[in-house]
Amino acid sequence: MTIAQPLIQARGLVKRFGDFTAVDGIDVEVRAGEAFGFLGPNGAGKSSTMRMVGCISPPSGGELRILGMDPVRDGPAIRARLGVCPQLDNLDPELTVRENLTTYARYFGIPRRVARERAAELLDFVQLTERADSKVEPLSGGMKRRLTIARALVNNPEIVLLDEPTTGLDPQARHLVWERLFRLTQQGVTLVLTTHYMDEAEQLCDRLVVMDGGRIVAEGSPRALIEEHSTREVVELRFAADSQEAFAGKLDGLGERVEVLPDRILLYVADGDAAVAEVTALGLVPASVLVRRSSLEDVFLHLTGRTLVD
Amino acid sequence: MVGLVLPRLVSFEGAPRRSASVAERNFTSLKSAYWLVLFSGFLEPVLYLFSIGIGVGALVGDLTLPGGRVVSYAAFVAPAMLASSAMTGALAETTFNFFGKMKYMKLYDGIIATPVQPFEIALGELGWAMIRGSLYSAAFLVVMVVMGLTGVGAAVTAFPAAVLVGFAFGALGMAVATFMRSWQDFDLMGSAQFTLFLFSGTFVPAEAYPAVLRWAVELTPLYRSVHLIRGIAVGASGWSWLLDVAYLLVLTAVGLLVASQRMGRLLYK
Repeated sequence: MTIAQPLIQARGLVKRFGDFTAVDGIDVEVRAGEAFGFLGPNGAGKSSTMRMVGCISPPSGGELRILGMDPVRDGPAIRARLGVCPQLDNLDPELTVRENLTTYARYFGIPRRVARERAAELLDFVQLTERADSKVEPLSGGMKRRLTIARALVNNPEIVLLDEPTTGLDPQARHLVWERLFRLTQQGVTLVLTTHYMDEAEQLCDRLVVMDGGRIVAEGSPRALIEEHSTREVVELRFAADSQEAFAGKLDGLGERVEVLPDRILLYVADGDAAVAEVTALGLVPASVLVRRSSLEDVFLHLTGRTLVD
Repeated sequence: MVGLVLPRLVSFEGAPRRSASVAERNFTSLKSAYWLVLFSGFLEPVLYLFSIGIGVGALVGDLTLPGGRVVSYAAFVAPAMLASSAMTGALAETTFNFFGKMKYMKLYDGIIATPVQPFEIALGELGWAMIRGSLYSAAFLVVMVVMGLTGVGAAVTAFPAAVLVGFAFGALGMAVATFMRSWQDFDLMGSAQFTLFLFSGTFVPAEAYPAVLRWAVELTPLYRSVHLIRGIAVGASGWSWLLDVAYLLVLTAVGLLVASQRMGRLLYK
C-alpha cells in the first residue's frame, strides 16, 4: 500500500432518498493514520455519508473509493477491513457481552480460538471484563457503547467508522470513550467519526469537515478552522434583560463581528481584554463580562447558523 | 495490545463459511427454554397421529390408494404429519424468528457491516431452520417405524425428502417474512398454514375432492410434500416423485432469491 493513496476518497458523492437529497456532492479524502471528523447539525448528511463509506448504502451518484476499491462491487472485501460503530447500538440481545464479540468475530471468519483471545483483550480494553457473561440488555448506555466500539475492533480494522460515538453518554463515559479512541489513533488506526459535539471534534480530530444541508461548508484542522472562520478570542457581554439590542448599536465597529443573542452579545475580537477596555471606555457597564478563546462551536454556529434544524 | 500487534486476522473463504457463521450465531444463542419449544414442535404431529390417525382411523378402517394398495388409515396419515411437521418447524424459524431478528432486534443491521451479505444471511438462517426441521423429522420417523407404520428402509429414504420439504418451506417463509409489516400479518400466515395442513391430502386423499378443487390442492407445496413422503413411506411405484422433488427444489431457490433480494433492499438503504 502506498502512503500517498488516500484510504477513503469521495468525489461529488451524492445520496438521495426519493426526492430528498441527503448528501449533495461532497469531496472528501481521508489519509492513513489520521482522525477525520464529520461535524454538523442533525440532518446534515453525516450518517448517510458514513453508511456509504461503510459499504452498506450504495451511493446515488459521484465517485467513492475505499481502500482503493469500489464499495458496491467489493463490499465484502472492504467491510472485512473496516470497523463500524453505528449511531444506534445494534448489539445482539440474545447473546452475552463476550458472545457478542466472539460471534461477531466469526462473521469475519476469525478462528474460534483467536476470537476468544481477541474478545478477552477487547473486553479489557473497554473495561467490561467484569460484565463478560452478562446479557446486553441490563448494561448502561455507556457500557453498550463501549461494547459496540469493542465489537468494531474485533477484526483488527484499518479504518474505524464511528457515528456519533458519545451521543447520549454521561461525562464520565464520554471521557472514557475519548481516551480509548485516542489510544487507537496512537496505534495508527485511522478513525472517521461524526459528531455534533465541538469538544469531541477538537479532542479527537486531526482534520474535519463541517457539513450542512448535505454539503461541506468548511474543511481543515480544528485550529485552522477557528483561525479562518472566527477570531482568536470572544467577549461575551450580558446586559440587563431585553436591553441587548439597545446596547448592541453602540458596539458597532468593535472587533471583527458583533452577534446579538437574546441573552447576551458576542464580540469576535483578536484581543479580548483590549475590547473590554474599549467597552468600558464607551461608558457601558455590562452585568457580566466573559473573555474566552474562540472555539469550534463559534465556527460551527457561524457556518451552520443558530436555527434549530430538527 | 489492541490494534496492530496481532497479524491481519481476516480470512476470506467465501459464502459457505459466512453462511455457517450466521447459523453458528443461532446455536450460540440457544438457551434452555428453546429446547422446550423444540419439544412442543415434535409433540404436535405425534398427537395428531394418535388422535386422528389411530383414533379416527379405527372408524375409517383401511384405505385403498390410487395405485390399488391397501393401507391402514394411520399409515396413510403418518407421512402427511411428517411433511407438515417439517413445514411447521422450518416456518416457525424462518417467519417469526427471522422477522423478529430483522425488524425488532436489528440483528442483520449489525451483520451486514461485516463481510456477510444478505444472501448468506438467508442461507445461514435457512440452514439453521433445516436443522430444527430435520430433528422433528428424524424423531417422527422413529415413531413411525416403532408403530409399524413404515419400514426402516423407507424411513431412511423419507428422511432426506423431509429435509427437502423443510428447505422449501423455510425459503418460502423467509421470502414471505420480508413482506410482513407487523406481527398482525402473521395471523394471515397462520390461517394459510392451517388451511394447507387440513386440505393438502393430509387426512383425505385429494382424489376425493371435486376435479377443480383437486387441481388447486395438487398445486400447493404441502400437497407435493405429502405426496412425495407418502409415496416413499407406503412404497408407491412410478416416477411422479420426480415432479415433487423438482417442485420443492424450485420453491427453495425462488424463496431464497426473493428473500435475499428483499433483504438487500431493506438493509442496504
